[in-house]
Amino acid sequence: MDQSQKTTGIVTGIISNLVTVEVNGPVSQNEICYIYLGETKLMSEVIKVTGNKASVQVYESTRGLKKGDKVEFEGHMLEVELGPGLLSSNYDGLQNNLATMEDVFLKRGEYTSAIDKDKKWDFTPCAKAGDKVYASYWLGEIKEGWLPHKIMVPFSFTGEYTIKSIVAAGSYRACDTIAVLTDANGDEHIVTMIQKWPVKVAITAYKEKPRPYRVMETGVRCIDTFNPIAEGGTGFIPGPFGCGKTVLQHAIAKQGEADVIVMAACGERANEVVEIFTEFPELIDPHTGRSLMERTTIICNTSNMPVAAREASVYTAMTICEYYRSMGLRVLLLADSTSRWAQALREMSNRMEELPGADAFPVDLSSTISNFYARAGVVTLYNGESGAVTFIGTVSPAGGNLKEPVTESTKKAARCFYALSQNRADKKRYPAVDPIDSYSKYLEYPEIVDYLKSKVSPDWVEKVLEAKNLVLRGKEAYEQINILGDDGVPVSYHERYWKSELIDFIILQQDAFDSIDCSTPFERQEFMLTKVLQVCDTPRNFEGFEECTKFYKEVINIFKQMNYSEYKSESFYNYIEQIDKYTRNDN
Amino acid sequence: MTTKAFQRIYTKLEAITKATVTVRAEGVSNDELATVDGRLAQVVKLKGDLVTLQVFEGTEGIPTDSEVIFFGEPPALNVSEDLAGRFFNAYGQPIDGGAPVEGERRFIGGPSVNPYKRKQPSQLIPTGIAGIDLNNTLVSGQKIPFFANPDQPYNQVMAMVALRADVDKIILGGMGLTNDDYLYFKHTFESAGALNKIISFVNTTEQPPVERLLIPDMALTAAEYFAVDKNEKVLVLLTDMTLYADALSIVSNRMDQIPSKDSMPGSLYSDLAKIYEKAVQLPDGGSITIIAVTTLNDGDITHAIPDNTGYITEGQLFLRHDSDTGKVIIDPFRSLSRLKQLVIGKQTREDHSQVMNTAVRLYADAANAKTKLENGFDLSDYDNRCLDYAKEYSNRLLAIDVNIPIEQMLETGWELFGKYFTPAETGIKEALIKKYGKWQ
Repeated sequence: MDQSQKTTGIVTGIISNLVTVEVNGPVSQNEICYIYLGETKLMSEVIKVTGNKASVQVYESTRGLKKGDKVEFEGHMLEVELGPGLLSSNYDGLQNNLATMEDVFLKRGEYTSAIDKDKKWDFTPCAKAGDKVYASYWLGEIKEGWLPHKIMVPFSFTGEYTIKSIVAAGSYRACDTIAVLTDANGDEHIVTMIQKWPVKVAITAYKEKPRPYRVMETGVRCIDTFNPIAEGGTGFIPGPFGCGKTVLQHAIAKQGEADVIVMAACGERANEVVEIFTEFPELIDPHTGRSLMERTTIICNTSNMPVAAREASVYTAMTICEYYRSMGLRVLLLADSTSRWAQALREMSNRMEELPGADAFPVDLSSTISNFYARAGVVTLYNGESGAVTFIGTVSPAGGNLKEPVTESTKKAARCFYALSQNRADKKRYPAVDPIDSYSKYLEYPEIVDYLKSKVSPDWVEKVLEAKNLVLRGKEAYEQINILGDDGVPVSYHERYWKSELIDFIILQQDAFDSIDCSTPFERQEFMLTKVLQVCDTPRNFEGFEECTKFYKEVINIFKQMNYSEYKSESFYNYIEQIDKYTRNDN
Repeated sequence: MTTKAFQRIYTKLEAITKATVTVRAEGVSNDELATVDGRLAQVVKLKGDLVTLQVFEGTEGIPTDSEVIFFGEPPALNVSEDLAGRFFNAYGQPIDGGAPVEGERRFIGGPSVNPYKRKQPSQLIPTGIAGIDLNNTLVSGQKIPFFANPDQPYNQVMAMVALRADVDKIILGGMGLTNDDYLYFKHTFESAGALNKIISFVNTTEQPPVERLLIPDMALTAAEYFAVDKNEKVLVLLTDMTLYADALSIVSNRMDQIPSKDSMPGSLYSDLAKIYEKAVQLPDGGSITIIAVTTLNDGDITHAIPDNTGYITEGQLFLRHDSDTGKVIIDPFRSLSRLKQLVIGKQTREDHSQVMNTAVRLYADAANAKTKLENGFDLSDYDNRCLDYAKEYSNRLLAIDVNIPIEQMLETGWELFGKYFTPAETGIKEALIKKYGKWQ
């Protein structure tokens, strides 16, 4: 926009990071503006307009701002830059590159470029002059790490264009002209490797959004076996603090079967992000054998960073995911924690003196959350390829009580529910995902059932349902035993209880810190579940409950040793032999 | 504080509430400090010409024609090596009779460390208390609170931990300390001969509660000076954060904000996070570790203050009175150190993790057996062994009066396993059982 056309304004009021600005021209809702604090520019977003007063939320500390300070409006919403080099980068919620900042402390008003515009990439065109193209059309490809990164017609282009010229294969800077397009009016448009997109608007440059039909393997047994999440699906993990939300999320990030992982650390601990910075470059992606960091982008707005940028961070992350999805890639977005984002909304709504909804959250919380979850999904692109964004968010319910607005709103929006239970965490049964309360709606999708049948085994889903049933019956038996006492119930109750314990200890519990047990591929999960069910299904006659208890404790112990051994190694087979011998002898 | 020539002075208050006053003034900046009728105050709201100030000492007896003097800058602390060994109030003024500290003037509540520049915490802080070292190992750069009922000896435990920890500076931020506790800290530090590495910022119960809001930022500004500028290992003690949060709710209430859960302000999470996230391991070796106290109402951790704290801090140490042994123990179920994985088995023996988990799991079995016993059921042989084990475990490892090296804690663990259980009942990896087990 031309400098002379910019709307300007002056500050008239300040409460914490909510600033009122008197404006001299048109402003739009969610428009970005900069407040001048001397030489420093503070980035802000318009969140309400009344007459010639705009309320803006400042993405920085407002310390030292005065009435009368100048404001300049930018004429666009909060945008991110999309292009090669996003992967393995570490951004804040506004897509500033944290790695290129000089100081140990974050400086107010220091904004760094998201993409290195001078970096050269080897471009190979896959379109030619004269081709008819449209937004998201693949013009060519570069290699970002090992991933094919498509250079696309920018999403903001509407209608049909003709390629006037496109560069030959070769090495180009990210900011170099890759192609020139002509629109219907004959006007020319330049395309580089970089485009911009407003984060709060979903990228919809695809043909259709079918139902998810594949399962995303996570290597976490209580998810994959019991409640699998679909590729392009949505799930959420609510749990009180100390129940292992973050450990579980990191496990999914490390092992998840996806081409690209975007992690949004939204209002959480800085040291958790440091853990990712430190560990991920060292870790190897089990699916490709490459460094994990090569496929990971981190959006990090930790709890001590400005609150308003927290809200932006989840949108920034989602937009990056949608960008890679348009290249036909499978993307996994992990956001920790969406409650902090909701709290940021609450703080702002409170300062604006809006009428509050439940627990002082804004009344439109539920629709804001479901709109966001709706941006995930599998898409079929115009060229017939498909891509997916799988989204798993964590929720931090106040007081561990799941009957609070954020959990309830999320439950309506997400299809998988992984409830972390305080009770299981207290007993150190990790991951503390409650096998009875949790669910995956995807197990009801016929296309997912078919997929599991062909990928794992024909009777897989029946086995899973049987195991779930055993766990449920075991819990009932346990309650009876607790009420009536060990001797007050038939031995069969004890047997039922111990079968569920066997499934719990061997399938559901998993040691995230053991190099072998931390990740279990589907093949091994199938083997283990079959083996466990085989033990459960064999009829046995126990003299008394003590014999039953002793038998299952021993079985659990051998199975556990097996879990710690490498799949199909010598010791693995040894333990199987031991199990077979032990369970047969007792028959 | 002395009046400077360029300061702007106003003499007409437009409004007075219990904690704030409003004055018509020009050229005032957000967060700026001022005095109202000689009392310190800070700008919290600007609306046109109207400036609202929060008066730390409260507004009792303030007349509408009070003098309001603006300082033109936010609260600050003079930092230098001379801070060591001194006691200050919430405004950073000496209360030990000594001279004011000369040094570089730093605004408190400064910016956050770029997360990308942080280093992963990796230095174990041994305390000798097995409930901490064995089950919930502390790491430098960590932030962790004690969750304790008001009648438990949390300040004593904290002082003990601080004095045993190998750090360069200890900074005490006391909020709403009783005078007795203040003197206890002073005496304990003095008699340990550690006074020269201790800096205290203290607000006692005798002083106005809103003043407390400055204490954590004062303490952490001093901590950042020593950790960032001097590359020192700094331990910050904050007690009691519940009283800090109470002061927050007083202020937000007076400013007509809509309260969220438990009448706490909606921004409680961010307010607490701003403090706790100052804990950091810096690239050049300096570090800030924060040990805080959050007092609970009858063990209720679902209250907004402990709840938000738990989501921010890297674990919590839960003090509980154990009726079986009559001692105060560190509850192994409710306590957690999130950073322990970074050091256990790496800076400690390889069997640490398994010994710790097994010991706690068996303790949980004992808790089940106890429930059975209370409900009048017969106990199995295993149940009885669990109960005996629990008593000894609680006495020899969980109690806060334990002071032994970590290796000895592990040996004690194995000794107890060998005494009460079979190797299969422990479920420990066979290789470790062979190497460390105490079975014949």
